[in-house]
Amino acid sequence: MTFWNDPINFLSGWLSGILTAWGLPATLAMVLTIFIGIVLLVMFAMTLDIFLVWVERKVVARFQDRIGPNRIGPFGLVQPFADIIKLVIKEDITPDGADKVVFNLAPVMAAMAVILLWAILPISSKIYGVDLNVALLYLVAAGALGTMAIIMAGWASNNKYALLGMYRMVANVIAYEIPMVVILLIPTILADSMSVKSITEAQASTWYVFLSPLGLLIFMISAIAELGRSPFDLNEAESEIVAGFHIEYSGMKFGWFYASELLHAFTFGGFASVLFFGGWQVPFLLADGFHFGSLVVTLPGIVVVLVQALAFLLKALFGYWVIMWVKYSMPRIRIDQMLAFNWKFLTPLSLVLLSVTALLGQLQTVLLPWAFTLVMFVSNLLIIWITIEILRAYARRQRKQEERITAAAAQGAHQ
Amino acid sequence: MPAEQIVFLLCAALILVSAVMVVTVRNLVHAALWLVAALFGVAVLYAVLSANFLAVVQIVVYIGAIAILFLFAVMLTRRDLVVRTPGMRGSWWIAAVLALLVLGGLVFLIVNQPGVNRTALAIPAGVDTLHALGNALVSSGQYLLPFEVSSILLLAALVGAVYLAVSRKS
Repeated sequence: MTFWNDPINFLSGWLSGILTAWGLPATLAMVLTIFIGIVLLVMFAMTLDIFLVWVERKVVARFQDRIGPNRIGPFGLVQPFADIIKLVIKEDITPDGADKVVFNLAPVMAAMAVILLWAILPISSKIYGVDLNVALLYLVAAGALGTMAIIMAGWASNNKYALLGMYRMVANVIAYEIPMVVILLIPTILADSMSVKSITEAQASTWYVFLSPLGLLIFMISAIAELGRSPFDLNEAESEIVAGFHIEYSGMKFGWFYASELLHAFTFGGFASVLFFGGWQVPFLLADGFHFGSLVVTLPGIVVVLVQALAFLLKALFGYWVIMWVKYSMPRIRIDQMLAFNWKFLTPLSLVLLSVTALLGQLQTVLLPWAFTLVMFVSNLLIIWITIEILRAYARRQRKQEERITAAAAQGAHQ
Repeated sequence: MPAEQIVFLLCAALILVSAVMVVTVRNLVHAALWLVAALFGVAVLYAVLSANFLAVVQIVVYIGAIAILFLFAVMLTRRDLVVRTPGMRGSWWIAAVLALLVLGGLVFLIVNQPGVNRTALAIPAGVDTLHALGNALVSSGQYLLPFEVSSILLLAALVGAVYLAVSRKS
């Protein structure tokens, strides 16, 4: 194992070697090394978060036909730092009737729930926090802690708008957790594992977006709902409840909610890339370099690892961009529409998709890879087509009924 | 002292303190939040025992569903979130004696368990506990029947809840 093949493991081995040479016990050296690793990973995530603020502001500006921040630094790149300075020096207000401890704990919990997810995010084949065999359930569990943070913020603020926003957000998150969990089972079935590392490795030949495009669609919809972003942003409907659960937060405490929302969106982009776009997989790139048929371009391990990390970050940014695209193009939906859409449409559809995938997934070992991909893709298209036909028939029936009512009313007016 | 033991002692302290706070705190929402802390401590204990699946499910089910349900029930039903009645009844000493007896019995049972002093063996590499658990739940020789029975029970509860919640137009 050298630096050029496996940089992270090499560095951690080197560091714990130094620490044991200083006379520390081996266990303590290991704990310290892992701790340093955690700090570095969190710092990477938070630095990325600062950059995401800039990306978000630039992209929303483009969607709204503006230029966006362009005054400070090249392309306004230093703008987020100005924002941070502003947030930090703002007066920090805790409302009078607030429950102080819970009120101050909530933003910390919100950020924690997101950063916890980075523990299992495989950035590259050699750069990841931990390879859990229950990683996808861990994703759901971290979401539960995020819900807890929202409840704490909404309740501790002692503000009726905050409480209303919290109720809406929790109803939203709990409802859309169900299609999300069901869809998480689809890569599990296809890869025969819940570990994100194995799922990524199983996508070496075919990305799961080709096996389950409908799964990706449902995953993105429920991810946007989990994030509480538009069109599911009833929790902060400005015209109704001002700012929702974080209405009473000012300064950097609000900043934590904002930053964790952005990082959460990016992290879900990352999970979409891991589950459906092959994570760090790059076409033709194997562990020792690019393989184009017989032509082999050999690369040192560290370059491969960095290329994989770059590919992963680009795919995650793409997912993040799609989430922003939806956010800034769609109007907000009503709460009854939001719940009906989940319980009457998304949940049954995801259960049907799961059953079909579970049945056809048995063919994976029987059929050739390309035939299996074709079967899965066509089955997904069939489900989409049948769904659209059912929806169309339903809409036709609704329209007929309305026409009959208006006709009857018109006749009644005549007589 | 091995690292596991330090983590265990910290966790046990967290669980005990939180559990005591759950029953002594006056504010009901605070009690529910302390309950969350206690349940989280139990999840950490599972993780220390290499029971990844149980640890994660503990958080998903108990914090993600049950604690949130508690919080909502408290927030939606009570106007005054602080209990003003005294927390103890006159017969508290009977409960204390019973609790001590149960504790003594449990400690007695555990101490007499063979292999109580043994250190836990590390799970050998290549053994996937998750696969083993999944197979055990669906093999007929093992836990297939209890698993299916509990699924039917939960389904019945679900149908019953829907039946009760649906408002019938008379």
